[in-house]
Amino acid sequence: MMQMQAKLDTIPAALSVAPASIVKMQAEKLSVYYGAFRAIAEVTLPIHDRHITAIIGPSGCGKSTLLRAFNRMHDLIPNARVEGKLTLDGEPLYGPGIDVVDVRRRIGMVFQRPNPFPKSIYDNLAYGPRLYGVNKKATLDDLVEKSLRGAALWDEVRDKLHQSALALSGGQQQRLCIARALTVEPEVVLMDEPCSALDPVATIKIEDLMRELRNNYTIVIVTHNMQQAARVSDYTAMMMMRPDRAGEMIEFDLTRTIFTNPQDKRTEDYVTGRFG
Amino acid sequence: MKENTASDKPAAAAAFRKRSSRFQLLTQHGDVFWRGLIAVTAIFVLVLVLAIGWTTWRDSALSREVFGLSFVLPTADASWNPVTDTYDAWPLIAGTIVTSVFAILIAAPFSIFIAIFLSELCPMWLRTPANFVIEMLAAIPSVVLGLWGIFVFLPSVVVPVGHFLENTLGFLPLFQGPIPASGSSRLAAVLILTIMIIPTITALTRDVLRAIPDSQREAALALGSTRWETIWQVLIPASLSGIFGAVILGLGRALGETMAVTMVIGNNTVEASGSLLRPGATLASTIANQFAEAVSPMHSSALIELGLILFVITLLLNMAARLLVYQVQKKVPTEARA
Repeated sequence: MMQMQAKLDTIPAALSVAPASIVKMQAEKLSVYYGAFRAIAEVTLPIHDRHITAIIGPSGCGKSTLLRAFNRMHDLIPNARVEGKLTLDGEPLYGPGIDVVDVRRRIGMVFQRPNPFPKSIYDNLAYGPRLYGVNKKATLDDLVEKSLRGAALWDEVRDKLHQSALALSGGQQQRLCIARALTVEPEVVLMDEPCSALDPVATIKIEDLMRELRNNYTIVIVTHNMQQAARVSDYTAMMMMRPDRAGEMIEFDLTRTIFTNPQDKRTEDYVTGRFG
Repeated sequence: MKENTASDKPAAAAAFRKRSSRFQLLTQHGDVFWRGLIAVTAIFVLVLVLAIGWTTWRDSALSREVFGLSFVLPTADASWNPVTDTYDAWPLIAGTIVTSVFAILIAAPFSIFIAIFLSELCPMWLRTPANFVIEMLAAIPSVVLGLWGIFVFLPSVVVPVGHFLENTLGFLPLFQGPIPASGSSRLAAVLILTIMIIPTITALTRDVLRAIPDSQREAALALGSTRWETIWQVLIPASLSGIFGAVILGLGRALGETMAVTMVIGNNTVEASGSLLRPGATLASTIANQFAEAVSPMHSSALIELGLILFVITLLLNMAARLLVYQVQKKVPTEARA
């Protein structure tokens, strides 16, 4: 089992991709505005089911802004507005009659910095299920264990479930946040530079975890780290800032193609480290 | 020093080190001076508190010797009589505690709701004016509030509310009437105090809520929480000890508030019934009302002892609050790493 795991890890994820897969989410001409300022211009991007899609690009090109549009986190910001079309399983996510709370339950999010609640580990994980009316202790116990095992954290915290989550290390906190996102059984998990505040060892653990999760979840990850995109993702979207400071997507393809044979000169320059 | 190149810098430093004496080492950076200055100011606070405690203790000696413990113990036929020089503090202690506690019970939920609105729900354009109004309310001098109370608030609000309470809950000792026609009563003091402490608790609670990093709100919302669930299950628990501190500060203000209370409470220093609808008096209001006219040494001494009692109550309350905040903090770590 261990051997097999090790063997799997040596194969770059990009090579194991089946090119034809179902599109889970689809953005069409998606633009995000902050007041009069257009932060993202007409991004068209498919997110494939049970695959990892990486969004890369230099700082300020709107990667995070695009990601946050996917689960409507911009709704919180006064005078931010989204134009264009975004669908999940073919159904629109923006528009009248769409319940934003339901959108966010189906599309979970992990943030740049670990943000556990100042509660115990157990209560962090039980928070989501409790929102949806799960109150039986046995069920919650099961869910907590399952999500911790899913995030490869169970062995490290099984004896201190009722201690504060803030006592964990940064990497453990981030895996706890991933576990917490999984407790409400989302279909898509958005990760906004989930390793940028972590050390290399913790980063590797999170990447391993992402590969595991890929079997059951659709994952979109924003990353500054091109090696990370190459290591974990199946598809890659390359974004750039236009002269008018709006971010646009310049290329989308299989990760393998983006890193070995990009169509756009700017993508090539970026992934080979000539700028950015 | 002009040619401060890399090469001769270490040499210069070494020369300097040789020259400086022990005394120079201690003083050259000013640390010792500043530490001393700051220590002195901190000690000064301690000295002030001790001095106030000691002088009230000393100057109340006469009253303490004559009346002893019976001064503060509950009694049915309390007296406060400068002619016969007999005094009991119990009705005043009860009046102080009852008015403050009821004011807090009303003001705390009210203020927390306002704070939630200001911090979480208020649209941008309303935020500044709303905060300004809260700060204005805190800035109204209490004597002005007292005057407004006598001429407007008592006849138009307190009297009708008093009648209503008497008619509906009059069977309880707490709401036994009748309320005086002027409205001067403990109820009036409670409501005026409520108005006075709402801005304090609101402003502090708002700041505590605003201090919670947005990442906490995002975490809750990304799990599919509604705004309401985010507020009550994440933000309020995370700021519990801070809110508690705000409420205690409000209680402290209510206990010591003098002018507005004196103007509306009716100043009945011997009212023994616990009813809110009857005129009463507090420790602070009695001191303010009588100290200027106290002629006999015993009268002055008794009033100073009231001050001592108020001082002790406030001190005990603050200690109890510290303990409670500590308990809450132990249960819920408040420091949410950003």
